[in-house]
Amino acid sequence: MAGLAAAFGAGAMTNSIAEIDDTDCVLVIGSNTTGQHPLVASKIIRAKEKGAKLIVIDPRKIPLTEYADLFIQVKPGTNVALINGIIHILIEKGLIDEAFIRERTEGFEELKQKVKEYPAERVTEVTGISKEVLEKAALLYGQADKAMIFYAMGITQHTTGTDNVKSVANLAMVTGNIGRPSTGVNPLRGQNNVQGACDMGALPNVLTGYQPVSDPGARSLFREKWNLSLPDTPGLTLVEMMDSAREGSLKGMLVVGENPMMSDPDTQHVKESLEALDLLVVQDIFLTETAKLAHVVLPASSFAEKEGTFTNTDRRVQRVRKAIDPIGQSKPDWQIISELAREMGFTGFDFDSPEEIMKEISSVTSPYAGITYERLDKGEVLHWPCPDENHPGTPFLHEKEFPRGKGKFFALDYIPPDELPDSEYPYILSTGRIPFHFHGGSMTRKIDVLNQEVPTGYVNIHPEDAKKLGVAKKEWLKVSSRRGEISIQANISTEVKPGIVFIPMHFSECAVNTLTNRKFDAIAKIPGFKVCAVNIKKQDRKIQGSFQ
Amino acid sequence: MKFDMVLTTCPFCGTGCNFYLKVLGEKITDVLPCKTHPVSQGELCVLGRNAYKFIQNKNRLTKPLIKKGDDFIEVSWSEAYKQVADGLLEIKKNYGSDALGVLSSAKCTNEENYLIMKFTRGILGTNNLDHCARL
Ligand code: SF4
Ligand code: SF4
Repeated sequence: MAGLAAAFGAGAMTNSIAEIDDTDCVLVIGSNTTGQHPLVASKIIRAKEKGAKLIVIDPRKIPLTEYADLFIQVKPGTNVALINGIIHILIEKGLIDEAFIRERTEGFEELKQKVKEYPAERVTEVTGISKEVLEKAALLYGQADKAMIFYAMGITQHTTGTDNVKSVANLAMVTGNIGRPSTGVNPLRGQNNVQGACDMGALPNVLTGYQPVSDPGARSLFREKWNLSLPDTPGLTLVEMMDSAREGSLKGMLVVGENPMMSDPDTQHVKESLEALDLLVVQDIFLTETAKLAHVVLPASSFAEKEGTFTNTDRRVQRVRKAIDPIGQSKPDWQIISELAREMGFTGFDFDSPEEIMKEISSVTSPYAGITYERLDKGEVLHWPCPDENHPGTPFLHEKEFPRGKGKFFALDYIPPDELPDSEYPYILSTGRIPFHFHGGSMTRKIDVLNQEVPTGYVNIHPEDAKKLGVAKKEWLKVSSRRGEISIQANISTEVKPGIVFIPMHFSECAVNTLTNRKFDAIAKIPGFKVCAVNIKKQDRKIQGSFQ
Repeated sequence: MKFDMVLTTCPFCGTGCNFYLKVLGEKITDVLPCKTHPVSQGELCVLGRNAYKFIQNKNRLTKPLIKKGDDFIEVSWSEAYKQVADGLLEIKKNYGSDALGVLSSAKCTNEENYLIMKFTRGILGTNNLDHCARL
């Protein structure tokens, strides 16, 4: 979310999902919405049926394209060039919001000069998209009164991910599509409580509500509340922790409800890192691939066995309620942490319920200051910021002002993806989610009906490439990159363009992260695992297994 | 027998649909959509509709485990806590706080993420704290 924070001063969805109902145009970029956020997709489709325009930008012919007024099948990793090209046309055709640019933003002149370097001819060469399509996109988005942009991992999981996000922020601001209902720039968060985990400061550089650890004022607020002192220099990110563990400077890790063995790029590296630790403790509901490497495994309870709140992707805080007692001797994570803290001899963890914890959160986190279980249980719809108990919450942000004051335009250059195909690795591999399975698969693969739908992994390969390689559907292929190789069954599909292959990320028996690229985006530190170069060979040996 | 309908939030994607868990005795037997929720509006996707099935899966971990050699053995909570507490404090004493790191989770509640944050910064004394949102 570093890109949005740089442009606006805040890194969350600017508008709420319910506002899709009244928008005039939806632009979806790098999000396989029907697969990752199915009910957001249904809302988009319903808005479309009511007359809204729909533009889809994606390297793959994802299901949502069937409903699109315009589908832009862009070459992977070329979004900045594409959007620069569209902004260039918007300026030329006078489809920009000059009053908004003047009053609410800064840096427009630099952007204007920069996009002059992106005339349609150059953009077509880089992105593979024709001038007519670029113009149509500019007209559909630029002529709408209220237009919403949605994006997901498809644009952030690139070595240039932060630029991609700044680029969509540029597009929204030149047209004044921000700070009003049914507009905005809206990152769709993957897992249910990613937003909440960030809000609660489960990050190396910030406390709750994005208060920097380097800020003495913020630290003293927490020090007084906790009676504990706080470290002041930002810590290591997940990828950096893995590197330090392998080098030997990080000795012990506590991993709660995560399975980095499945969700991180470069599985082998993660395994070596975790194995190098003196102490690995894992709290989870299943014995995941990561838990198997642990010295101690603590059994956690599922969402149905505890009270609490989740904050979904549009900043809405919602209740989780206990339906049954914890299974076996498992305990909710909040209870495990509290008891462990007491075992270590510390006070300040004597909570009897999550509601008490929420009271402490509200007292140190201004966006959550007005959020109480009582209000949530009455059915109030509360999107943060909700600064006091009478505040109705904030469905859309930046109405009068951005947190950083003026919105900032960034003049961006197109930077080619970090690893381009060559003669040794001639295909571009892209990864992502598919409907029916979720992230590392540790929860969803336990559900039989879901496994019957899509029981194992596959590689999507265009018919032309399949013909070149002489492979048929379900035949086994060896897919290799500079980092490793996997065996996987072929699925012939026009969902991808020739030269590009797609592997979903859910299956441990053919874990695509064995292949992907660890070099990460310098600012957001999201590994660039949407684009990497691979080679494909047919395999002779027969392997047992089935699919579809 | 206990019969309950418990309104809660879907644990899968960030859309945040709400649904009812139908509880019969000590078993969750079904998921029912919620009509009044502004996003779900009485609908759920295939993940949400099946959200109850993994909860009572036979492979759920039910006891703390400690590794002995290549295998895990079941232990009591107090034994497990002691091993974790001693292990963390020893690393902190010998190598300093920044030799420790914590991964929190986008599957945990806000309250849990907050406590993990408090534990990591206040007790372990490090900012080596992250979760998988970047990924
Ligand atoms: S749907 Fe109709 S038939 Fe089925 S249980 Fe309800 S009332 Fe009875
Ligand atoms: S029901 Fe489906 S769309 Fe709704 S939150 Fe759950 S996974 Fe997401």
